[in-house]
Amino acid sequence: MSVSVPLLGAMAVLYACGVYLLLDKSVTRIIIGILLIGNATNLLLLSLAGPPGAPPIAGSGRSSDPLPQALILTAIVITFAVSAFLMALVYRSWRLAQEDRIERDEADAAVGLGEQPEPDAPEVDEESEFDRPGGTA
Amino acid sequence: MTALVPLVVVLPILGAAAALLASGRPRVQRTVAAVVLTAVLGVGIALIAAVADGSMLVMPVGGWPVPFGIVLVVDRLSALLLTVSAAVLLAVLVFSIGQGSADGDDREAPVSIFYPTYLVLAAGVFDAFIAGDLFNLYVGFEILLVSSYVLITVGGTQPRIRAGTTYIVVSLVSSTLFLAAVGAIYAATGTVNMAQIAERVAVLPPGVQILLHVMLLTAFGIKAAVFPLAFWLPDSYPTAPAPVTAVFAGLLTKVGVYAILRTETTLFPGPELNPLLLVIAALTMLVGVLGAIAQADIKRMLSFTLVSHIGYLIMGVGLGTAAGTAAAIFYTVHHIVVQTTLFLTAGLIERRAGTTTITRLGGLLAASPLLGVLFLIPALNLGGIPPFSGFLGKLGLLEAGVADRDPLAYVVVGVATLTSLLTLYPLVRVWNVSFWRPAAQVAEGSRLTDELHEDPFRPETVATRALAAPMVLATAGMVLLGVAITVFAGPLYAYASAAGATLQDWDVYVQGVLGR
Repeated sequence: MSVSVPLLGAMAVLYACGVYLLLDKSVTRIIIGILLIGNATNLLLLSLAGPPGAPPIAGSGRSSDPLPQALILTAIVITFAVSAFLMALVYRSWRLAQEDRIERDEADAAVGLGEQPEPDAPEVDEESEFDRPGGTA
Repeated sequence: MTALVPLVVVLPILGAAAALLASGRPRVQRTVAAVVLTAVLGVGIALIAAVADGSMLVMPVGGWPVPFGIVLVVDRLSALLLTVSAAVLLAVLVFSIGQGSADGDDREAPVSIFYPTYLVLAAGVFDAFIAGDLFNLYVGFEILLVSSYVLITVGGTQPRIRAGTTYIVVSLVSSTLFLAAVGAIYAATGTVNMAQIAERVAVLPPGVQILLHVMLLTAFGIKAAVFPLAFWLPDSYPTAPAPVTAVFAGLLTKVGVYAILRTETTLFPGPELNPLLLVIAALTMLVGVLGAIAQADIKRMLSFTLVSHIGYLIMGVGLGTAAGTAAAIFYTVHHIVVQTTLFLTAGLIERRAGTTTITRLGGLLAASPLLGVLFLIPALNLGGIPPFSGFLGKLGLLEAGVADRDPLAYVVVGVATLTSLLTLYPLVRVWNVSFWRPAAQVAEGSRLTDELHEDPFRPETVATRALAAPMVLATAGMVLLGVAITVFAGPLYAYASAAGATLQDWDVYVQGVLGR
C-alpha cells in the first residue's frame, strides 16, 4: 500500500501536538488538543483509504474508495457537535468562576468607593432551577 | 419479525423529536417518553421470543445487500440486553418523573431538554446492542455519549461542569481511539461489517491482529471502566442527578462490556489476550472494592462497587469458554438491574435525609422502614448472598473459572471470592451506620466510620423532602425485577447458556449475518 508521506507527517505532528495540549490543565487548550487529535484521526482514515490522487468516479479505472470518506464525514460532524458542546461548557464554567472573581473584586471595590455597582451584572444562581431532571437548560 | 428490529432505534429518536417539539409541556413529554420506552420494551420481549430458538434476525437497512449496507443484527444476547435495558430505562424514567413533579416543574419552561435527551440516550444504547457493523457501533456509542454529556452536566452547576468536563474529555479520547481502530481494521480487512471482519481477520499477520485487537479493547475498556482505565467513573458519576447516575451506572458501562464481549467472541475469537483480560479482571475487582471501602459517600461507594463488578464481567469474558461467557451474560443482566436499583435507593436516601454521606446519616430504618427494605434487598443481592441472583451469577463465574483448570484462572477465582466478601463490608456498613444507628447518636460518630474522610466539596445537607410515590414505586419495581431474576434464574440461566454457547461458536454469527 502506498501512502502519502506529507499526509502521514502532518498526522504525526497533529497527534503529537494534540496529546501535548490534552495534558494541559487549561480546558481551552484541552479542547484545541481534542480538535487536533480528531483531525489527525481523520487524516489517518484518509491515508488508510489507499493511494492518493484517484478520481472519485467509478468506472474510470482506478477509483478512490468512498467508504473512508463517508466515515470521515460522519466523524467530522460528530467532532463538530461535541466541540460546540464542550465550548459551551467551558464558557459556562468560565462564567461561574468569573462571577466569583467579579463579586470579590470589582463590585466590592465599586461599593467601597461609594459608586453604584454595575446594574446589569448578570446573576448566576448556582443552585438554580436547573438542578433537577425535567428542569430547563 | 425482522421489521421490528429498526423500531428499537427509530421509536426513541422519533419520540425525542416529538418531546422536543412539546417543550414547555412536561406532561406531554413524559407521556411520549413513557409510551416510547414501553413500546420498545414490548418489541424487546417480542424479539426475545423470536430469537430464543437460536435464529438470528438480520436487517439490511435501506435494502442494501448485506456486506455493503448497514446491517442490524439481533441474536439472543442482543435481544436480552435490549429488553433489560428498556425495562431499566422505563423504571428510571418513572423515578425521574416522580422527582421532577415533586419538585414542581409543571410550570412553563422555555426548553425542557431532559426527556428528549433521555430518549436519544436510549436510542444510542439500543443501537449499540443491535449494530452489525463496527462503524454503526461507533455511531451508537456516539449517540449515547453525546446525550450522556448533556445529562451529566444538566443544570450547569459548577461541580457538574467540573466533573462533566473530565467525563467528556476521557470519553472523547476513547471515541477517537475507537474511530482510529475502525479505520485501521478497514484498511487491514477492507470491510467494517463485523461478520466479514471475523472471516478475514484470521488471515492477517499475528502482529497486525494483536494491534487491532488491543486498540479496540483499550477503547472499549475506557467505556466499560476497567482498571486502570476506570479513574474517571467514580469522579464523574456521583455528581449527576440520582436518576441520571442510576441509568449511567446500569447501562453505559455495560454497553462497553457488550462491545468487549463481541470483540472477544466474534471479531477476535483467538485466546491470545485472554490471560491479559483475566489479570485486568482481577485488578479491577480488587482495586474497585478497596476504593469502595474508603468512601464516606454512598453514591461514591456505589460507583466504586460498579467498577469492581465490571471485573466479574471481564472475568467471564476472559475465560474464553462457553460457561464463562454464559455466566458473564447472566451476571450482566443481574448487575444492570441491581446497580441501577441501588443508585435509585441512594437517590431516595438523599431526598429523605438530605445527604448521602454516611457519617451524617442515622435512624433511617426508624424513619422509613420501606427505605430499609429497598436498600437491604439489592445490597445483599450485590454482595452475593444466597439465594439472590448475585450469588447465582458469581457461582456460575467461579464454576467456569475452576473448570478452566488454569493456574491464573484459579487466582482470579480466589480474588473474585475475596472481592465478594469485601463488597459486603461497605454495604453492611451503610446499613449499620445509616439505618440501624439511632439518629441521636450521629453526632458521637461511629467506630465504623472513624477512618473515613468526608468529601470537603460535598453538597450541603438539604432539608428532608417527602418521597414522591412514583419514585418509591419505580425503586420498588426495580427491587422486584431483581427478585424476579432470582426467581426465574433457571430459565434465564438456560437462555444465557445458549447465548454463550452460540457466541463461542464463532461460525454461527458469521453464517447468520452473511446468509451462507
